[in-house]
Amino acid sequence: MKRYLAPCLATALALCAVPAIAQQKATITGVPEIPVTSVPNFLKVPAGEYLGESVAVATNSRGHIFVYHRAAPTSKLWEFDQNGNFLKEIGKGYYGFEFSHSVRVDPQDNIWTVDEGTNMVTKFSPEGKVLMVLGRRPPAIGGAVATRTGPNPPAEKYIFCRPTDVGWDPQGNIFVSDGYCNNRIVKYDPNGRFLAQAGSEKPGKGLGEFNLPHGMQVDGKGNVWVADRTNFRYQVLDNNLKPIREITNLGVGWTICISPGPHQYVFHSNSNPNGNVPGSWDITGEIYKTELDGTVLGKFGKPGKNPPNFQVVHMMDCRNPNEIIVGEIESWRVQKLILKQQTAKAASAQ
Amino acid sequence: MKRFLPLLLAGAMLVGYPAVAQNAAPDLAFDGDVNFLKTPDNVYLGEVGGVATNSRGDVFVYTRTGHPFVSLGGARAFAHGGSQLYQFDRNGRFVREIGKDAYGFMFANQVRVDPQDNVWVVDQMSNMVIKFDPQGRLAMLLGRKAEAINIPARPAAAAAGGGEGGGGAAGAPGAGRAQDIFDRPTDVAWDAQGNIFVADGQGNARVAKFDKDGKFIKSWGQKGSGQGQFDNVRSIAISAQGDVYVADGNNHRVQVFDNNGTFKSQIANLGNPQAICMTTGANPMLYVSNSNPPNDIDKAGEIYKMKLDGTIVGKFGRAGKAPKEFGTVNAIDCRSENNLLVGEIGNLRVQKVTLR
Repeated sequence: MKRYLAPCLATALALCAVPAIAQQKATITGVPEIPVTSVPNFLKVPAGEYLGESVAVATNSRGHIFVYHRAAPTSKLWEFDQNGNFLKEIGKGYYGFEFSHSVRVDPQDNIWTVDEGTNMVTKFSPEGKVLMVLGRRPPAIGGAVATRTGPNPPAEKYIFCRPTDVGWDPQGNIFVSDGYCNNRIVKYDPNGRFLAQAGSEKPGKGLGEFNLPHGMQVDGKGNVWVADRTNFRYQVLDNNLKPIREITNLGVGWTICISPGPHQYVFHSNSNPNGNVPGSWDITGEIYKTELDGTVLGKFGKPGKNPPNFQVVHMMDCRNPNEIIVGEIESWRVQKLILKQQTAKAASAQ
Repeated sequence: MKRFLPLLLAGAMLVGYPAVAQNAAPDLAFDGDVNFLKTPDNVYLGEVGGVATNSRGDVFVYTRTGHPFVSLGGARAFAHGGSQLYQFDRNGRFVREIGKDAYGFMFANQVRVDPQDNVWVVDQMSNMVIKFDPQGRLAMLLGRKAEAINIPARPAAAAAGGGEGGGGAAGAPGAGRAQDIFDRPTDVAWDAQGNIFVADGQGNARVAKFDKDGKFIKSWGQKGSGQGQFDNVRSIAISAQGDVYVADGNNHRVQVFDNNGTFKSQIANLGNPQAICMTTGANPMLYVSNSNPPNDIDKAGEIYKMKLDGTIVGKFGRAGKAPKEFGTVNAIDCRSENNLLVGEIGNLRVQKVTLR
């Protein structure tokens, strides 16, 4: 690998990306394919309006769909009803909206946004009023600053660095994955007071260390599942953020979703990389459905520009484990996928 | 007392913003209502720089709503926007926005209402103090917004030492120039004669005095920790007698001056006095917030109620995100002694506090 570095630097980035994506191929084999269909024209966007990069999607208990997408002049949070009809925009002009990364709905139907442009996590009431904020937007008084390079400064309890996702345990404790420039998971109490963190500002490969924790969810037992993207794995942590195990055979850990209810399923996306580099469509793009214990039940999906194929799945909603709603970066679209029931059983995640 | 000073300083470095008085001060019972202001759909408060009431109880909020922009393509880089001024009625119902897209609205730091119900905003980034009449029309301007911005931004320390926004090129660091050019001003107040006093600020380290028509009279202060010196002038209030109370943030104190800037006394060990408010009437009170830093809710955050001589009546609140907790208080309105409005940076809200 190393000997390719110099020519890589000297030539175009696309040429270098080919060996990189080879790591992204899932090593698991023999996983049955789950047939899926994509609901045509699922979201009805009003005339004259456009979804941008649809990186974040979630549903509430009534089936309403929230899309937090990268639009101009800032990211926007849109609410649709269960049939995909547009209802309203929430947070128009809100301070914490700049560059979206995640939206999740908690068991009380509060809407939480994670914005990696403002470094803010915001809890909205079901009606769209701000109830709590975590993190702080870098103050504009600093003027226009250059994009920071070099080592990250020490991670702080209450300041994020491009956070990526949010989740809650059954007690209402809050977990934040943070993020692109910190490399940690942070736990807060229900009132937003710091309790613990795993990882730090530094990227790492060990258990309990992260390199771009890009997605995160908490299961019904309070365990924390982390899509550890640049480490090409998932990690499972206990409620106190001590590592339990890693999952290394499902490709890149891009994003994760855990269905609610007594029998939970986990969906892992080996999303195709941004830029659609040559060869990537052949080895990435699929979503795995597993049990909490790691048993892999099946997979579905592949890259492509047109439905039902995917263009960089960035987030999944799995409130109904047989109806997965996916938000895609590069097709500015949200798809609803109906999974056909299947009975086959497969290998286990490692 | 003096022999304990090194110990106190050591404690300050360890704990962060300690207010020494806090151990002795009794806790005041209070209620906090975070839903007092009713914002319409798609009106969202950002970081609350200032909150103030007029004589009718109308509430004015000057807030950092975000999304300032810098133009691309042009002879220089021009920056606009980022803050908004909202008016609510005495019951917290939204009334209107004042100064929409105003040229100087960039980084809200304070709003105050004078005895004639004029509304004054202080903007830390445009370096302007803007007076609106009660109808919301422009009435007077102090300072001038820079024509263009520097890209990349110059370090804050360089700006403080002589940036083009103000600076001390002609004198001691932070002393500023003898004119209405500010460097990150933070607050404004008036004496009984209508003279205007500007807290200037987080770049400069001075108080500037103007007559009621806005003509520069004098300024005092420079960067430092001695009497009459400042390190982060955060807030200002003036007594009925015309004494000037200056919250001197990084020096953990409120300094008291006579109307011409002669040092009289100081109230020390106040932690990080970021917002102060003085009541009127026969028995005036001073509220001082020992505001927590924006990156930590596990320290400080309490508000002190004291007499003008610094005698502590009591304290209430702590840093946090729940009701009855405060997130970096930047403003207090105390038109009514036991009914306060508290503006919070960290929680993007105004909390109505009722002392029982």
